[in-house]
Amino acid sequence: MADAKAKIALELNGEPVEVAFAPHKTLLEVLREDLGLTGTKHGCELGECGTCTVLVDGTPVLSCLVLGLACAGHRVKTVEGMAERGTLHPLQEAFAELGAAQCGYCTPAFLLAAEALLATDPSPTRDDIKLALSGNLCRCTGYIKIYEAVELAAARMRGEDAKPAPETLYGVQ
Amino acid sequence: MASSKKPTRFRVVGKAHRKVDATAKVTGVTRFADDLFLPRMLFAKLLRSPHPHARIISIDTSKAAALPGVKAVLVGKDLPIPFGILPVSQDEHALALDKVRFVGDPVAAVAATSEEAATEALDLIAVEYEVLRAFPDALDAVEHPEPAIHDYADAGNIHKLIHLEFGDVDRGLAEADLVREDLFFFEGNTHLPMEQHAAVADWSPPPDGKLTLWSATQTPHYVHRALAKVLELPAARIRVIACPNGGAFGGKSDPFSHEIVVAKLAMITGRPVKITLTREEVFYCHRGRHPTLMWVKTGVKKDGAITGMHFKSLLDGGGYGSYGVASTYYTGALQTVTYHVPRYKFQGARAFTNKPPCGPKRGHGTPQPRFALEVHLDKIAEQLGMDPAELRLKHLVPPNSLTANWLRIGTMGLGPCIEKVVRGSGWKQKFKQLPYGKGIGLACSSYITGAGLPIYWNAMPHSGVQLKCDRGGGVTVFCGSTEIGQGSDSILATIVAEVLGLHPFDVAVVTGDTDLTPVDLGSYSSRVTLMTGNAAIQAAERARDVIARHAAKKLETPIERITFAEGRVFDVQEPERGLTFAEAVQLAEAAEGTVGTVGSYTPAPSAAKYRGAGVGPSPAYSYSACVAEVDVDPATGIVRVPKIWIAHDVGRAINAATVMGQIEGSVYMGLGEALMEEMAYRGNRNVVHKIPSLLEYKSPTTLEMCDVVTYVVEDPDPNGPFGAKECGQGPLLPVPPAVANAVYDAVGVRIDEVPITPEKVFKALRRKEKGEAARFGPARFPDIAWPEPTRVAPPWDGGDGRAAEGGRGRKKAAEGARR
Repeated sequence: MADAKAKIALELNGEPVEVAFAPHKTLLEVLREDLGLTGTKHGCELGECGTCTVLVDGTPVLSCLVLGLACAGHRVKTVEGMAERGTLHPLQEAFAELGAAQCGYCTPAFLLAAEALLATDPSPTRDDIKLALSGNLCRCTGYIKIYEAVELAAARMRGEDAKPAPETLYGVQ
Repeated sequence: MASSKKPTRFRVVGKAHRKVDATAKVTGVTRFADDLFLPRMLFAKLLRSPHPHARIISIDTSKAAALPGVKAVLVGKDLPIPFGILPVSQDEHALALDKVRFVGDPVAAVAATSEEAATEALDLIAVEYEVLRAFPDALDAVEHPEPAIHDYADAGNIHKLIHLEFGDVDRGLAEADLVREDLFFFEGNTHLPMEQHAAVADWSPPPDGKLTLWSATQTPHYVHRALAKVLELPAARIRVIACPNGGAFGGKSDPFSHEIVVAKLAMITGRPVKITLTREEVFYCHRGRHPTLMWVKTGVKKDGAITGMHFKSLLDGGGYGSYGVASTYYTGALQTVTYHVPRYKFQGARAFTNKPPCGPKRGHGTPQPRFALEVHLDKIAEQLGMDPAELRLKHLVPPNSLTANWLRIGTMGLGPCIEKVVRGSGWKQKFKQLPYGKGIGLACSSYITGAGLPIYWNAMPHSGVQLKCDRGGGVTVFCGSTEIGQGSDSILATIVAEVLGLHPFDVAVVTGDTDLTPVDLGSYSSRVTLMTGNAAIQAAERARDVIARHAAKKLETPIERITFAEGRVFDVQEPERGLTFAEAVQLAEAAEGTVGTVGSYTPAPSAAKYRGAGVGPSPAYSYSACVAEVDVDPATGIVRVPKIWIAHDVGRAINAATVMGQIEGSVYMGLGEALMEEMAYRGNRNVVHKIPSLLEYKSPTTLEMCDVVTYVVEDPDPNGPFGAKECGQGPLLPVPPAVANAVYDAVGVRIDEVPITPEKVFKALRRKEKGEAARFGPARFPDIAWPEPTRVAPPWDGGDGRAAEGGRGRKKAAEGARR
């Protein structure tokens, strides 16, 4: 409590940032409490649910298990950094379009984990997607709309003029 | 209730829409309760009981209060007024007064300038307990009335006893060609929303004397009432704001200790106070699925026609009442709404035990009996040599009929649901024909679209909507409903947009705020689309009528020809003659002043008039059919579910995309309950939770989730808004029994208990090898001293929906309505 604050510099969502915080704080706490970025959520703060996932140097990490201090000099990306100049990221667009965000609480983490997947594999199979997202829990969707949204976004990011299949939105006729 | 001038073709309703809050959710902008940070805010922590059952001898908080940073400490006597969601079980205290009833029961609270200081202060609170004998399960509680967990109960530690009989069941069983008895057990499980409960309170001191509470709650209206009661504040000085819930599933529908505690701490300290529960504490809040032991005896004719059914359930309620009385009734209410049951008898009991309280989880009290009934019918079909799908199809409850227990069925789409999953799954080529280890199973279900009666007796609407039409052409809809991820905000926008000819994004939605929005009872019992939808239609039609009047005058056109579409108000016979919606609103506003309307909805009175008939009636029943395919490894007992086919009768989809999401999400949650989810406790009288963490409480990840083929069946119900029925809970129900039936088809063992874990399958296979009963499940239902039955003649026996004997139905009608 009486700890002297530590100060670090990092690249946050593409911008240089300096932040001072109690040195025991996790990246999750620094983001939410000291930087005001509450888009990063928490479901357990024990590294079990994946809800606090952010990207550090492009890799998904559980921000509840990373000390803020460990991020000095690194690139951190949160959900607030996904849309650019008022345009949603294709993943955000597809999640919104298909209803892959129901309560929306786990959504930032899924978006970032999926972004990391597509950065290394622009054409993942359904099984690749399942594996890449297996560390993230969602209780609303049954994951299906999430898979479909990742596939839709991936196709669009490859330059395809992709549209959701009718059975995705209306069921099998 | 819905419009008499229902459009035959919809412009907005039925299409797949992006939800009105979708952008906020994918950009992380949505503010959940824990995302609120107010200046000077304090942080609260709760000290919880380490004992399952104990008397509090003394509490010393002096050291905690003296810790730097600590601003206030509370104990039970600071909040002595009891509360509870049901009027019949006001048995909770914000902090334990003199007794604790489960490990995790809140005992004291601290507010401090930091979470760390508050946590440190908890360690400095000294509580002296006298440990009492604890009750780890319902059987133990039934057999040992002392020491009583509560000083009120129907008998000893049996909280509630129910005995209802509709017609002469013994006669029905005597007429049967086959009578079968089975025992089942459904283990308790929990909602596990990804968002931990959180609440923030703020107090404006006298003369304002106003309290504001932001909370992750599904039921702001009930929290409002509980705060007024416990804090002894006028309700008019309390504002409850339901933040969007990060998942709820029934787990955020009770008023909670932590909500009352932060309110009181804010009043004492004069500063905002926040609490966010840890994941471990969320397990202690619980209110999840009741562990339920069930016995069912059914008589059938050779063609599968049911002649009589007798059903018994014993629920393990945990330490408090919660919704438990209603849950108990629900384990006996909906057996009659799928297949015709001419005579029906239900005996239900709920025991108090020393575990976190159980309550309403998705499907509230009905997935357990549905599991029992659908597996029981599978066994009956086999004994009769009938195809289980055919047996069900032959004996469906007819539409527009009354059941033996006086539930009024409207539209009934179960037949088409069964046909779709049977055809889609290739049932006829697979059932009993797959290689050993592979199997296929079928089950059906039904669920209410909103409870017919409110939780506390009152004659007011269940749902209210206010509408404000802005001269700029926008419309704001105000409604007390609560967005928990199911898409209720979008339903309001879609329905208003349909009536007023707008796009849903032209409609601003303000919900879940007791200062701003008319009461909606809450996001539970799958009531929101039907009830808020009907209220929204009424408000929007009233606004349309006002605007149309002035548009007609301006356009010199008969009012019947005025149409609203594409943001315009025009003459339907000469569409080029028209106004923009904004211009039309301006004309109405100039002539009549601010254009604002209201709408409300109250379900029609129930046909059932007996005591206990408060549970079961609904404006409409949804129907689902499910086929599950399984792979069972006989060497390990591991069950994998590669694919599920689900068909759901939703009446009418308001937003096709959210209907799909609700159905898939229900299948997911049903799969978790079928295969792995359980609230498990250590097997001794310490009754310590085994696994209060997301790692150890197993829920399906992407690697366990199955493929889902979804069929949406639309059979519009006259009671639903544009014909809509529920879809958020019903599709969960058939999944566990479909999986259990498929396991039997795969390896020939009956697992009469969920979750269907590898251990249970393995044990059953071993028993089968040894020539014993090829089954895993409970062995007995305990003897319970049931009260005399409330006898109600079914409609076809000339009844009038009232109890025949003792006048219980007449005299205590109001009490029966408390659910």
